Amino acid sequence: MAGRHGNTVTKLVLLGVGMFGFAFALVPLYDLLCDVTGLGGRTGGAYAYEPAKAEVDTSRLVKVNFVANTNDGMPWQFWGETPTVRVHPGELTEVKFYVKNPTDRAMVGQAVPSVAPNAAAEHFHKTECFCFERQILQPGEELEMPMRFFLAPELPKYVQSVSLSYSLFDITELAAAERTRPEA
Amino acid sequence: MSAVIETHHDDHHHGPGKGITRWLFTTNHKDIGTLYLWFSFIMFLVGGAMALVIRAELFQPGLQFVHPEFFNQMTTNHGLIMVFGVIMPAMVGLANWQVPMMIGAPDMALPRLNNLSFWILPFAGGLLVSTLFMDGGGPNFGWTFYAPLSTTYAPPSTTFFIFAVHLLGASSIMGSINIIATILNLRAPGMTLMKMPLFVWTWLITAYLLLAVMPVLAGAVTMMLFDIHFHTSFFNAAGGGDPVMFQHVFWFFGHPEVYILILPAFGVVSQIIPTFARKPLFGYDSMVYAVASIAFLSFIVWAHHMFTVGMPLAGQLFFMYATMLIAIPTGVKVFNWVSTMWRGSMTFETPMLFAIAFVVLFTIGGFSGLMLAITPVDFQYHDTYFVVAHFHYVLVPGAVFGIFAAVYYWLPKWCGRMYDEAMGRLHFWLSFIGVNLTFFPQHFSGLAGMPRRIPDYSIQFADFNMWSSIGAFIFGFSQLILLYTVIKTIKSGEPASDRVWDGAHGLEWTLPSPPPYHSFTHPPVVTDAEAHS
Repeated sequence: MAGRHGNTVTKLVLLGVGMFGFAFALVPLYDLLCDVTGLGGRTGGAYAYEPAKAEVDTSRLVKVNFVANTNDGMPWQFWGETPTVRVHPGELTEVKFYVKNPTDRAMVGQAVPSVAPNAAAEHFHKTECFCFERQILQPGEELEMPMRFFLAPELPKYVQSVSLSYSLFDITELAAAERTRPEA
Repeated sequence: MSAVIETHHDDHHHGPGKGITRWLFTTNHKDIGTLYLWFSFIMFLVGGAMALVIRAELFQPGLQFVHPEFFNQMTTNHGLIMVFGVIMPAMVGLANWQVPMMIGAPDMALPRLNNLSFWILPFAGGLLVSTLFMDGGGPNFGWTFYAPLSTTYAPPSTTFFIFAVHLLGASSIMGSINIIATILNLRAPGMTLMKMPLFVWTWLITAYLLLAVMPVLAGAVTMMLFDIHFHTSFFNAAGGGDPVMFQHVFWFFGHPEVYILILPAFGVVSQIIPTFARKPLFGYDSMVYAVASIAFLSFIVWAHHMFTVGMPLAGQLFFMYATMLIAIPTGVKVFNWVSTMWRGSMTFETPMLFAIAFVVLFTIGGFSGLMLAITPVDFQYHDTYFVVAHFHYVLVPGAVFGIFAAVYYWLPKWCGRMYDEAMGRLHFWLSFIGVNLTFFPQHFSGLAGMPRRIPDYSIQFADFNMWSSIGAFIFGFSQLILLYTVIKTIKSGEPASDRVWDGAHGLEWTLPSPPPYHSFTHPPVVTDAEAHS
């Protein structure tokens, strides 16, 4: 029996194994899709700002709102010191965020950014951001964290207001688990 | 020559085995089909009991019988059991019984694998149900188990749930490989692909769908397992993952999955309507192409389940139009069934009653699906009872009525005895009234804004919910009539003729009733009259 059906079964098993692999391939494919389309309001990593090439579009002003949230169970105090700025596209701007660890233990935090509307995400360039790395705060420690950004002049004309939201996650346990892993 | 072969066979074990080992070690497609169907029926009662817990709690506003946490476990397990423990095994059971007999094959292509595929199931089902008795309770995050509800905030029993899904997936994948190998390699001479009965066609396509998406589900739960136990961050935003990605991966599996549940029922109805209309199926070729089109489209519409997560306008438009496109091949099928009945010499035995109810009520579910496909209004309907009404209309009077119809249609062939027609009709009418009374009002409560998966509701929804609960109890308890009727048929039904139904066409009706333990050991001659009805 196996000989008669061997060929069919081999192909079908390969299809099944391939689709299992495809499920995992969806992870980088999804990341790629998000990076290309700005799906989920995802912004890119550190962006190099070149003043010589910078074109500032002084013909319009875009309102940029900053939202700071702590995720469920995160006890840190976290807010933007400037809730709103008005900028020209292409103009480098710095804002500051305040964070404090009010607990009596050292904690690790990670801020995850998201930009709305999605169409603005790929034009929102951060040259410096606390979200590029995790924050380690000792008990009672407070920090003023700078964030520098500019909007690309290619930002669609209909976008007159952009919101950048940060969710601050408690990753103390995740970071501890990484340290105990042998290869880390 | 044939005498020599017969003598040779007589030396071997030739009939069913004795006692419990017959069922444990069987490699016979008829035995395994029976096992699948009984397993499915038991799980139907378990999942149905959970539905009645839900409906009892929702009979009146306020909390009366169960804790909200337990209510969540009921909605979750009801969904999981009905999808993975009832409809899928029942369809595989029907395929086991019917596919070899309908294509003139002696058995399934891989009989030992067939035994394994079935015997994994009771363990998977047992593992899933056992989570309800563990510390912290069973899965409580909905049958779609969205992360992070199913990872960060999940009860500890989730690991057992993940292994249950792995086992269920392995069973389905092995079953699909077997069905495809049987259909591709074991057809009798003259049974070309375009002469196959529609039930065999729908199962061939369903098996490919299963093989394509069950591994994706296995991948999704494996990622959950890693996130829970190995500190990966596939779906954890804090570690660089994305919970929304879970929904994409899940629905990439989930949308083909809902067609896996319904396509074999399309096949069943396409066998039954020609028999009782006494006319060949209208538009056989277009039926085959329609099923293939639906299967293809099922892979490119998944995001219509998640319009509200926020996606670019182009994406919303694409998924809206692609979803609406499915109405075209589905409409072809509905019109073909109606055309088959047109000017036919119709009689209304129980299988035909269920088949006609299928056509009417499935179409209602299809229309509410079209409403949900319209992106802007989906924002209003999302996660309301309107969605519950929609998918219960396509799954209960859709897939489940398809299974009932198949059981009444083929039961006389399987056991050689006729069921009690009066009991069959009683079962049909109580089911028909119960199902509509349960789910039709949910359209209205949903449009008025009642959210799904919540154990309490605002008092303006009280009447709709009371009707729903009464209907659910009528539907639930009338299933005991099915159990009684099937047992009575097996024990003391009137002997059935070989053809059973005077309008029936197909190779299975050329066999005696009941068919011998090993049928078609010599390939039958396939005439055009018997090829497909």
